[in-house]
Amino acid sequence: MTHGRIKPASPEDSGDPKIDVEVIVNGEKVVRRVSVRMLLSDFLRHELGLTGTHVGCEHGVCGCCTVHIDGRSARSCLTLAVQVNGGSVRTIESVAAEDGTLHPIQQAFKECHALQCGYCTPGMVMNILARFEEPTPLDLSDDGIRYILSGNLCRCTGYVNIVTAVRRAAGLLGRA
Amino acid sequence: MSTRMFGARIERNVDPKLLRGEGAFVDDIPLPNALHVAFARSPFARARIRSIDARAAKTRPGIVSIYTCEDIGDLDIEMPLLIPHPSMKYPQTQRPLARDQVYCVGQTVAMVVAVDRYAAEDAAALIEVDYEPLAVEIDLEKAVLDGAPLVHAEVPNNIAAHFIQVSGDPDDAFVRAEHVTKIRVQVDRSTAAPMECRAVAATWDAVSGELTVWDGTQAPISVRGGLASILELDEDKVRVIAPDVGGGFGQKVLLFYPDELLVPMAAMRLGRPVKYIEDRRENFVGSSQERTQIHYIELAALKSGEVIGLRDSFLHDTGAFIPYGIAVAQVASTSIAGPYRIPNIWVEFKAVYTPTVQVTPYRGCGRPQACFAIERAMDQLAEELGIDRFEIRRRNLIGEHEFPYAREGLLFADGLKVTLDSGQYFKALGMAAAKLDAANFAAEQAKARAAGRYLGLGLACYVEGTGLGPYEGGRVRIHPITGKVYVNTGLTSQGQGHDTVFAQIVADQLGVKPEDVIVVEGDTKAFDWGVATFASRAAVVSGNAIHKTAVAVRAKTLQAAANMLEADVDDIELRDSAAWVKGSNRFVPLAAIATASNPLRYAFNKAAQAATQFAPASRHDGPPLAEGQAPGLEATEYYSPPQSTWAYGVHAAIVEVDPDLCSVKIRRYVCIHDCGNMINPTIVDGQVLGGIAQGIGGALYERLEFEPNGNLLNANFADFLIPYATEIPNVEVIHLETPSPLNPLGVKGVGEAGCIAVGAVLASGVEDALRPLCAAKFRHVPLTPSMISEALEQAGH
Amino acid sequence: MKPPLFVYRAPRTLDEAVGALASDDDAVVLAGGQSLLPAMNFRLAAPSLLVDIQHVMGLKGIRIEDGLIVVKAMTRHREFELDEAVRHANPLIAEVMEHVAHIPIRNRGTVVGSLCHADAAAEMPMLLMLLGGSVVAQSLTGRREILAADFFQFHLTTSRRRDEIVVEARFPVLASDAGWAFDEMTRRHGDFAIVGVGAVVRLDAAGKAIEVRLAACGIAACPVRLTDAENLLVGTTLGASDLAAAAAAAAEVVAVPDDMHASSAHRRRVTATLVRRMVAKAAARARERIAR
Repeated sequence: MTHGRIKPASPEDSGDPKIDVEVIVNGEKVVRRVSVRMLLSDFLRHELGLTGTHVGCEHGVCGCCTVHIDGRSARSCLTLAVQVNGGSVRTIESVAAEDGTLHPIQQAFKECHALQCGYCTPGMVMNILARFEEPTPLDLSDDGIRYILSGNLCRCTGYVNIVTAVRRAAGLLGRA
Repeated sequence: MSTRMFGARIERNVDPKLLRGEGAFVDDIPLPNALHVAFARSPFARARIRSIDARAAKTRPGIVSIYTCEDIGDLDIEMPLLIPHPSMKYPQTQRPLARDQVYCVGQTVAMVVAVDRYAAEDAAALIEVDYEPLAVEIDLEKAVLDGAPLVHAEVPNNIAAHFIQVSGDPDDAFVRAEHVTKIRVQVDRSTAAPMECRAVAATWDAVSGELTVWDGTQAPISVRGGLASILELDEDKVRVIAPDVGGGFGQKVLLFYPDELLVPMAAMRLGRPVKYIEDRRENFVGSSQERTQIHYIELAALKSGEVIGLRDSFLHDTGAFIPYGIAVAQVASTSIAGPYRIPNIWVEFKAVYTPTVQVTPYRGCGRPQACFAIERAMDQLAEELGIDRFEIRRRNLIGEHEFPYAREGLLFADGLKVTLDSGQYFKALGMAAAKLDAANFAAEQAKARAAGRYLGLGLACYVEGTGLGPYEGGRVRIHPITGKVYVNTGLTSQGQGHDTVFAQIVADQLGVKPEDVIVVEGDTKAFDWGVATFASRAAVVSGNAIHKTAVAVRAKTLQAAANMLEADVDDIELRDSAAWVKGSNRFVPLAAIATASNPLRYAFNKAAQAATQFAPASRHDGPPLAEGQAPGLEATEYYSPPQSTWAYGVHAAIVEVDPDLCSVKIRRYVCIHDCGNMINPTIVDGQVLGGIAQGIGGALYERLEFEPNGNLLNANFADFLIPYATEIPNVEVIHLETPSPLNPLGVKGVGEAGCIAVGAVLASGVEDALRPLCAAKFRHVPLTPSMISEALEQAGH
Repeated sequence: MKPPLFVYRAPRTLDEAVGALASDDDAVVLAGGQSLLPAMNFRLAAPSLLVDIQHVMGLKGIRIEDGLIVVKAMTRHREFELDEAVRHANPLIAEVMEHVAHIPIRNRGTVVGSLCHADAAAEMPMLLMLLGGSVVAQSLTGRREILAADFFQFHLTTSRRRDEIVVEARFPVLASDAGWAFDEMTRRHGDFAIVGVGAVVRLDAAGKAIEVRLAACGIAACPVRLTDAENLLVGTTLGASDLAAAAAAAAEVVAVPDDMHASSAHRRRVTATLVRRMVAKAAARARERIAR
């Protein structure tokens, strides 16, 4: 189809001003030069290739993009990459063991059929993990678990099995 | 054989990958050097385009190309009308990029291709389009009136299709009736809102002339066929891959969306990969919506409560275009009598154009609306006749001895008359009543009222025609190196767990572990005969096809093993990935049998070497490969269902309404559900629970709010209210398994089951709760606190 | 939905920060970003310059002195919510904050940021109004304290000048004999309030109300003190008819027209209900405290 046709000019850059971002991601120091307006979600996914963090809404409501920033759960779609300069970020890729063994939260999800399409799952897991890592006591009643999960939308599961998985994970982790 | 896998609640094969964040959704697939697409979209519901000026946009750095309808050559077409029907006199579909006029807010007018999405959005905002806005009518009932602004000039009264179906003699039934109940019900517009928006990426290999498209679609084979046709390429030169897809719910089965044609076109022209990753706002204004219907339903009954006739006339909002035909309205109209005998039916619909996003099936595909209508009508009839709501249903449910129960004159989506094939409707209703202790509820309700609390009980029954044809296929191959089993079929998963469910079917036939069955779907290069995932059909159609295929491979394997082990075929059993002579320790691994079944195989590995220790796999005189025999342990088979098979269920709930806040809390939700034999009950539960959550969304929360000028006010997740976990209660799902008599596995579909009855259940429950305070009827969903407040205010509270 | 381009600066001192803000008419402060980033992603906001104050010295922390809980500009919601000293000094704060969006948003969003964003349905502005707190704003020309009643002007509009940075907010501690309560009605957990009502009540030994503070969010163009309702309750024993009168007066204040989430009539009903319930709950807590 393009034989004999001149290949169109192909720009490489949008000309956005660039900025250096130095951040520890999953324990590893990373230094990149990116557009000043690049969202952290895009930085993780496309600059660093960590595509486990997903984008669902880009306005902070669905929770698919949830990662840990400086040890706390946060929406990567509502964070500029440059805002984590000097800080640390943790993504879903850091949660299972090096050899692939699932973390108890992930294991509980698998056992309880707490995921279907898997798109909301990384954000869901990161949210739960962060809550488990907070020293404040866990309310593992139905209402208490649903409160933890509010802020993460799931369109597939209807949440019931996710609630069960959180309770099971708490048991596996000795937090019950 | 070892433990039977069919019916087992095993964990899913695919989960570890997804849990570790190793899923590969379209935007995850690394395409180096890719360009990115954004669209300039119409801000008006109806307007003439006077001019488009993209000059300022084109000069932005990083912009590669900008296209309008003038720049896309042969793609400047009205996109395909997928399912024609004689009732559609004026089918209209949209163009990839608008020409001359726009028909809804969000319609694509120009496409920007840039080095990244940020720059693409910058440029899209700079495209100057001179619009001349035209009059609009958004209201469904007003749109059909004389003088209403027309969406399409050539379509009188905006009526895209008008269809009447008759079963039995409804006129006579209404003459004989001892009592007639008539109500109006309304269901408002919603959207599937999968967590992953739509996405398309394409690469063009100019050397081989091959187009590869990654598309978050439910219909990769159909997309491939359409692309090949429209782009005038051989089908063999077009590969469509549906990778991991983050939910579909029907929205992703429509083809074509403009980007599905334009992104491949751009990739072909520009010589670089091109990606379009729809954002959430675009999903709201660009991807299909559904649900809006207004029904006027009448029941002709005897004083006993037996319903002898039904008339239903409804308006169905099809949006600005009707690419999927009348499917939603047709399914609604043929589901209108639910699980009840009602031998005389007159059902009419008008599919109406409004200048809004096009309407194509969303989970339920018209069944929720139909169920809402009939169930609200049954409740009203019960009240008017002074009969208990459970009792009136008992008096009308089709009895087991009456199956198959046909409704002459109502043609379902399979093109055949509605025929309910099997079920235990009475039992299901009884189970729901028992689970909620309905008999004693009145006492509990009275006690609560005395304490100032308002509890109500709601119930609804539904039927679901599932397992639509025309067909699906399966290929099963035992791999000669590893002994693992590879399975292909033509439809795909968006979270339904096909990788595990289909593996269970195959595991039973071949004596392997489900983890050793690798299901590859969604790649037209791997398998390209089939249709798509929709209408709750995968388990029935692909499931049976794969079963047939596995049975065929099993037969080949047993014969080859018998030859290799020099035993009788009847003395061979398959288990633990090997063939054994029964009652002995003699076995041959499946890998070896697969190797041996392919003559002239070099002994590359242990399995090949092992194969040589046995007698030849094929014992006969003549050539190594006998006439009519194929090498390897592989088969391809197809299953074409004779008709749809009808699943059903009964939902019931206890709700509490706080009349001071007008909030609704679901205290208990029970679902009795029957989809025939269940391949994996855990996955069935998951489908039902997910459907119920979407049903609750539609019943209480999710309404797309259009301004009178057609602008969508809540095109975002902050204002379009999808429930969080805090809004969804625990749900008790109880299964009945009445095998389908229509297919070898005895399965029925389940994908849409959960969402069908919820609106009716909750409206019924709220009405019951508020009875002491107001006589209001709730026949409009989503049912919001403000609507409850209004009803109470009218009653003086 | 990607943000439009901007110039980004991350000053280290407050002087630099106010200087940057003054240098550009379309400059905007970036603190937690949980309100600003969504607006930018929707391209509803297109600031030319973002002044990121997260690295500015002296803007972190919480201190309690002279009956005031002082929270600095970069203090995240979640820090404020979990702070033990704050819980002790004013337990109403944590109770309100449970309703602010969701935990990941509270981990990044700041208290001061929410006050400056001034969404009429937001909980934190209502809290500041209820308690009679204030903010302190800094510019190149100096520093000033702005009382809550003077700060919130309109939905998304405060009296902060464009070139000012709010460096701290001051929330009065709760009197040791005061009862408190807050609840809101939302459609989903974590949404902006359809109506939110907070109450602080102090009783004398005879059970008569000697102080009643009531505030609401979501019912007007900015958070409001329900002074008419308060006046109807002070000096009473908060009996059913007193509560009913106050509730009716509060409902009159509802000025928001019908919107997609609630009708005006529904808001009035909810306001009345929440006033009754929150006053009763606050009174019960006051009695509990007195008893102890």
